[in-house]
Amino acid sequence: MTTATASPRAKLRPADRIFSTATLVAGSLILLALAAVAIFLVAQSIPALVADPADLKGSPSSFWAYVLPLAFGSVWAAFLALLMALPISFGIALFISHYAPRRVAQGLGYIIDLLAAVPSVVFGLWGIKVLAPAVTPLYGWLVDNAGWFPLFAPPVSGTGRTILTVAIVLAVMIIPIITAVSREVFLQTPRLHEEAALALGATRWEMIQMAVIPFGRPGMISAAMLGLGRALGETMVVAMVLSPSPGLITFVLTGSQNSSTIAGNIALNFPEAHGVDVNALIATGLILFGITLVINSIARVVINRRKAFSGAN
Amino acid sequence: MTTTTEATGIVNSLTTGRLPKWSPWVILAGSWVIMIVVFAFMAAANGTEFNIAAALVLGTVLFDVAIFVLAYLVEGIRQAKDRLVTSLVATAFILALIPLISLLYTVVSNGLPRFDLSFFSSSMRNVVGEGGGALHAIVGTLEITGMAALISVPVGLLTAVYLVEYGRGALARAITFFVDVMTGIPSIVAGLFAFAFFDLVLHDPGIRFGFGGSVALSLLMIPVVVRSSEEMLKLVPNELREAAYALGVPKWLTILRIVIPTSIAGITTGVTLAIARVIGETAPLLIISGFTASMNYDLFDDRMMSLPVFVYTQYANPGSDVQPYLDRAWAGALTLIVIVMLLNLIARLVARIFSPKLGR
Repeated sequence: MTTATASPRAKLRPADRIFSTATLVAGSLILLALAAVAIFLVAQSIPALVADPADLKGSPSSFWAYVLPLAFGSVWAAFLALLMALPISFGIALFISHYAPRRVAQGLGYIIDLLAAVPSVVFGLWGIKVLAPAVTPLYGWLVDNAGWFPLFAPPVSGTGRTILTVAIVLAVMIIPIITAVSREVFLQTPRLHEEAALALGATRWEMIQMAVIPFGRPGMISAAMLGLGRALGETMVVAMVLSPSPGLITFVLTGSQNSSTIAGNIALNFPEAHGVDVNALIATGLILFGITLVINSIARVVINRRKAFSGAN
Repeated sequence: MTTTTEATGIVNSLTTGRLPKWSPWVILAGSWVIMIVVFAFMAAANGTEFNIAAALVLGTVLFDVAIFVLAYLVEGIRQAKDRLVTSLVATAFILALIPLISLLYTVVSNGLPRFDLSFFSSSMRNVVGEGGGALHAIVGTLEITGMAALISVPVGLLTAVYLVEYGRGALARAITFFVDVMTGIPSIVAGLFAFAFFDLVLHDPGIRFGFGGSVALSLLMIPVVVRSSEEMLKLVPNELREAAYALGVPKWLTILRIVIPTSIAGITTGVTLAIARVIGETAPLLIISGFTASMNYDLFDDRMMSLPVFVYTQYANPGSDVQPYLDRAWAGALTLIVIVMLLNLIARLVARIFSPKLGR
């Protein structure tokens, strides 16, 4: 960009070299930090993997019997949250990018970003003190009238501290990130495609179906995966709202017995844990780290590929 | 409004009727009124509390259905679908606003009773039941977050400079990619890392101290700083750099005196937003900084309270009389929200006021 390839070559000053080395070191430090996260988590996890499972909390038959219900809870809660957040987020993204008037669109974006700014512990407090009491009657009605459906099997939770409540709060928390990413992708749609569709007489929805969504599909998928990663790692909401039953795998949405999640389990047990229990918690954290790392990497690869080949920018 | 679709097979949208321009608004208002009336009657009949939020939500759903049916009857199926999607998309937006408004309302109304002077002037030492405050937590949050910023800003800014001004090839691509991936690291994993690291390095299996929290937070903060500063540095026009080189200014001075000052407003905005993002993090501080009821000014020794952890512990470990603890938790939540909103406001103002006018 700015380096001249032709002679004469610029004189290499010591200050120049120091400065460029400093930036290089800072950049490498980030890669080093990421590697260090993996290395130190692995190093601290090994004692839990080789220890006698009977020493772990709850005396599971093996370490994996300890992890599996937690991993299931994490995935199940994140999946439910994603199911609720996706249609709403894509709706908001479309609303901001293609429906709202230009002048107010940016302001609406800021409002959604405000949701992202609320600390998770406040979301947790809101979830347990406002949302849980509000949805309890609804759960009672669901279990009474749809109790034959396995997801709403009785008995109903009397407090509303169920996996579904957690998923609703998680959905609210991941809406901003999904909206932000998919909004960017929708805005990148080539204007000519949109105008061509409209010129052929398409309504606005038909234009979106024909031009915007096919163009934005990879971006929408990766936005969903980023949201999934966020929901998997969310800690405080689960720790505060859910009433967990350790070692249980259940799909029931409205009962008082719920599978805990990896992150929530760490937050609840870490302050009092000691000995090999600490290592076991770190090992579950390592698994969470691995899952989110893979999901985020795939999402980023998809986004970056779209960026490179899009004709819009 | 007068003509309806004729039964000729293909509907021509040019010859069908059109709903008047004001019809969506009227239908929306009508559906809301209907649902409010229905709910008011139900509330009166059952003696329950009148639920305005549910009435408005169901009214909006009724509107979605009504506009589809009406448009289908008058304008044909294609227009009807278009109107349905338009109303659904607007509904999605309103749906997302409900939790935001409800959350802000509850935090403010529940937080105000204890949002008083003693909350900001006393710690929780020897406090059981009423009284006490969050001074120790506020001090801890400021120190931990300040130290995190002190670590993250130089590293993040230098990395951004490397990516924009120096980096070519595989290393730069790897850094860009992994910075993006790092933005998705769960915060609790950052806390576990800080614990695992300092536990192994300092050989203290129960280690809890503030600086560890700063390290965990900077792991979350650095990627945000890098991304935003990188965007800002890229916006600096190349003409400025070339003009500096033409005058014989070395590259490092060009960056320090031309490029960074030009983009300093955007960088400040990015850093402020990054601080706003990490100042509310709870999970990593719960793990590595721990909690305490006493003042602690020393980042490098002993447990250190922080505001988010204060909110959590007040909620999670109440005494026999729960209410004073809950009041403190809400007041802490209100303080947190005020801090985060202020930081966001500052960031936007800086961006608006100090950004250079690049337009010609």
